[in-house]
Amino acid sequence: MAAEKMRKREVSAIKDGTVIDHIDGKATFKVAALLKADSREHTVLVGANLSSRKIGRKGIIKIENTELTPDEVNRIALAAPDATLSIIKDYAVVMKRRIELPDVIEGIVKCFNPSCVSNHEKIQTRFIVVGRDPIRLRCYHCDRYETGDEIIL
Amino acid sequence: MSLSGRDIISVRDFSRSEIETVMEAAGRMLADAPHDLLSGRLMASLFFEPSTRTRLSFETAMHRLGGRVVSVSGSEGTSLLKGESLSDTISVVAGYCDCIVLRHPVEGASRLAADLVGIPIINAGDGAHEHPTQTFLDLFTIFNACRTLDGLQIGFLGDLKYGRTVHSLAHAMMSFKSRLRFVAPPSLQLPDDLAGELQEGGVEFDRTTSVEEVLPELDILYCTRIQKERFGDEAEYTRMKGIYHIDAKLLQRTRVKPSLRIMHPLPRVDELNPDVDQTEHALYIQQAHNGVPTRMALLGLVLGGI
Repeated sequence: MAAEKMRKREVSAIKDGTVIDHIDGKATFKVAALLKADSREHTVLVGANLSSRKIGRKGIIKIENTELTPDEVNRIALAAPDATLSIIKDYAVVMKRRIELPDVIEGIVKCFNPSCVSNHEKIQTRFIVVGRDPIRLRCYHCDRYETGDEIIL
Repeated sequence: MSLSGRDIISVRDFSRSEIETVMEAAGRMLADAPHDLLSGRLMASLFFEPSTRTRLSFETAMHRLGGRVVSVSGSEGTSLLKGESLSDTISVVAGYCDCIVLRHPVEGASRLAADLVGIPIINAGDGAHEHPTQTFLDLFTIFNACRTLDGLQIGFLGDLKYGRTVHSLAHAMMSFKSRLRFVAPPSLQLPDDLAGELQEGGVEFDRTTSVEEVLPELDILYCTRIQKERFGDEAEYTRMKGIYHIDAKLLQRTRVKPSLRIMHPLPRVDELNPDVDQTEHALYIQQAHNGVPTRMALLGLVLGGI
């Protein structure tokens, strides 16, 4: 418990905003990049390579005065499916949940098949989530599967 | 069961009972086609990629049912060359006709078209992805020869890695209880993705390199051509193209069942000797002919005629 508190101090508390915790240790900067951390309006705090009893090494990202859009949450779910999302109001956690992949992902993932119609016409990509651990997606248009590192965001 | 208004994009979209509905309708078309079933209806045939059999058999099917056809063959002379998107072309043409038969080199083109317009879209081949009416005619050929799609042993031979007819037919067989035997050299075997789907679907199947081993047990042998365009290396293609060769002697030597029927989506190269044509096993010409009654059935069903 004391160790947990120490770790939290490693990344300062925010008054209002969103905390993404329990990011897989290797995915922290990927999530930060997906959230465009270096070009947002408000302050973003990134803690990487923190020790975690649950997952060994983890990352944490805190974004001040911001609630993420469903689209942003879906992006995080693809890069860090075990992460948790907390909404902070006046330093208190008012909502905490595990990030979950929806059954269908639209407009986020690019199909790696160069012959797929989604790479030729100006249309939104659509993927069906057919597996969650590991994440496995099927392109709605060309039926190709994408797994793990093949998934292009 | 009504399939009125349905798109035909992928064989994945059809249940067992829907496939059976198509088989029964194709059987009726083969026996006694109603010549005015689609009188007054118009089919647009949009072929943005070369095709002989598929286009001709679709147009023949529509004409035989009393319908009319407008057609485009290749991109030349179309607005696509002016930079028009496929989406716009489809949206415009949908206002002219009652259904669109589409062949396009891009994978998923028909799925996109079906989402855009209200009239039925029939996929006549979208790149390496799907060619569902070929699958329906293959299923009908097996059904017509064996009177069932259950309890059979069906061998697939040749290019099982890239051959979309094999992939679609294997997928369709997930709705039936037959044993599938995949015969190919390791580099051209059935992809693991598809093998995984068959396994999840409870399909009994195996993968082997020996055609001699499976031939005596088969009810259907589905041969495919080794496709030259899939090989970057000419020497590798030359080595692979002659790896299997089905001829009358082999059929005799391996003591195949008298009822064995051999199919091939054609064109054939070296894998199937013309001396098989004279045996009772040859079914591939009938298979090609079945394209017309099968497409008549599909057009009749989706246009609400039957």
